[in-house]
Amino acid sequence: MRIDAKGMHYRPLNKIIREAAASGEKEFELDNIGGQRYIGTGLNDSIKITINGTPGNDLGAFMNGPKIIVNANAQDGIANTMNAGEIVIHGSVGDIIGYGMRGGKLYIKGDAGYRVGIHMKEYKKQVPVIIAGGTAGDFFGEYMAGGIMILLGMNGKAPLVGDYVGTGMHGGVIYIRGKVDPYHIGKEVSCLELGEEDMKLIGAYLKEYCELFGFDFNEVMGGKFTKLVPLSLRPYGSMYVY
Amino acid sequence: MKIDGIPSGCAISGIMSEEGRRIDGSVIIKSIACMHDRSNGLGGGFAAYGIYPKRKDQYAFHMMYDNIESKEATEEFFKDAFNVDKDEPIPTFRENGISNPPILWRYFLEVPENRLKFITERDYVMKTVMKINSEIEGAFVASSGKDMGAFKGVGYPEDIGKFYKLEDYSAYIWTAHGRFPTNTPGWWGGAHPFTLLDWSVVHNGEISSYGINKRYLEMFGYRLELRTDTEVIAYLFDLLVRRHKFSTDRAIMALATPFWKDIDRMEPEQKKIAIAIRQVYGSTLLNGPFSIIIGHSNGMIGLNDRIKLRPMTAARKDDMLYMASEESAIREIAPDLDEVWSPKAGTAVIGALRDVE
Repeated sequence: MRIDAKGMHYRPLNKIIREAAASGEKEFELDNIGGQRYIGTGLNDSIKITINGTPGNDLGAFMNGPKIIVNANAQDGIANTMNAGEIVIHGSVGDIIGYGMRGGKLYIKGDAGYRVGIHMKEYKKQVPVIIAGGTAGDFFGEYMAGGIMILLGMNGKAPLVGDYVGTGMHGGVIYIRGKVDPYHIGKEVSCLELGEEDMKLIGAYLKEYCELFGFDFNEVMGGKFTKLVPLSLRPYGSMYVY
Repeated sequence: MKIDGIPSGCAISGIMSEEGRRIDGSVIIKSIACMHDRSNGLGGGFAAYGIYPKRKDQYAFHMMYDNIESKEATEEFFKDAFNVDKDEPIPTFRENGISNPPILWRYFLEVPENRLKFITERDYVMKTVMKINSEIEGAFVASSGKDMGAFKGVGYPEDIGKFYKLEDYSAYIWTAHGRFPTNTPGWWGGAHPFTLLDWSVVHNGEISSYGINKRYLEMFGYRLELRTDTEVIAYLFDLLVRRHKFSTDRAIMALATPFWKDIDRMEPEQKKIAIAIRQVYGSTLLNGPFSIIIGHSNGMIGLNDRIKLRPMTAARKDDMLYMASEESAIREIAPDLDEVWSPKAGTAVIGALRDVE
């Protein structure tokens, strides 16, 4: 189904998508998107949505299955509490993406803004993954509780990542391709070298990622990664305890 | 009206031609309308620069009056304080659902020579603005700069824009605001932009340092009467840049001061400046979440709080500089851009007219 969304408010747009998906439609292509919010939000069906234009905030929030492809930059709040599915952004994204994300994949070709993957979590096989090809702002993985985040810095911009990386982190793992100044890293995080297991783990995701965006897999894997993991699973366990 | 989901508060947008080309108001209305869901109908407004070229040496006062008495009292005051060259109603279009507007009137004023023996012209005008806002019951100054004006009120911004017939004005800088008030009342005088002389501010967020900023500004003769935190930002720019002769960069450093932990890592010379500003101008620090766009005669400044608690996207295309809460609001009016970026926290985006010293 192809929809010309020029001038359309998000409510009728998302209603059309919801109803068509419920009656079996599998593929959607949305043209002239300009800021419509909540696209793909709360959808359970295994559908594919291709977006031409800049989608609005909370793209794919609470999403549980669909695949979304954005052929432009995207804004704030992408994959908020997303449970399953895949979001591919052929551009850069705004702030608070992957907030409380609990499953699925979010692949970004360019830069990510502030507060990426705050309080991401995992449970058994539900492991959310965020990969960004460029840089990221402050509070990357703040209060992270699970999942995998990979930051590649492929566009050579500096700094690679902002302040307070992994502050309050108590689960999951962050891989950053390059050196991170300890000054930028939260107190609750330790910095490790990657082992063979790590390379295997990120290799599987990055192979898929590189194919999507046309990056050279060997060049990406050839970079020197830093691994960040939490020092404790309960960093604030003794706070407010008397 | 209940909306599914919780829309976030306030939208801002600004456009500027650094060549000084004038653009009609329909463009900025289109941009701010794209972010309709960020507002709730309790405030919208615009600032426009370059709209009165034939009277560019006169102070253009845009006034809001609750009633005819407040209008008469103000006009009595104007007659005494200024040479009133012209006054007229601000043209409005009344059939689009904007309810209960105040009396909207504009005046083109000159300051009599004999008033300027002990005071500069702009200090004189600033004092008259403070006097009207605080002493004349039911009268409020919407704007008081030269060759610029603010157009604001209670309603969605796109409706306010049509109400004021902004398509009939051309400006080289337009800023716009859609309001979603949370802490302070939605009233005509409380809509953004907030202005003084040629300064204007549109703001998304809240200034939790309002009390400190207010008390500090009062020591310099500012009177804060508009019941909204954003007012302090306009006056702080006036104080720092116009009166204390700060460069834009220094003013930014005073308002979005670097954290001490970052000052500790600065080069010695820079460190000395940062410490001095924190010590002397500590009371100008804006705390709390904000993204703002400042307009003035020669340019436009975009700024975020120090940890980026509110959104802002900037873009350029040829001589145009764009800033908005959302990229889609820029793409709506300029689909093809040379450059798009998210400004870093506490780092200003500065647009400047090219042929100005």
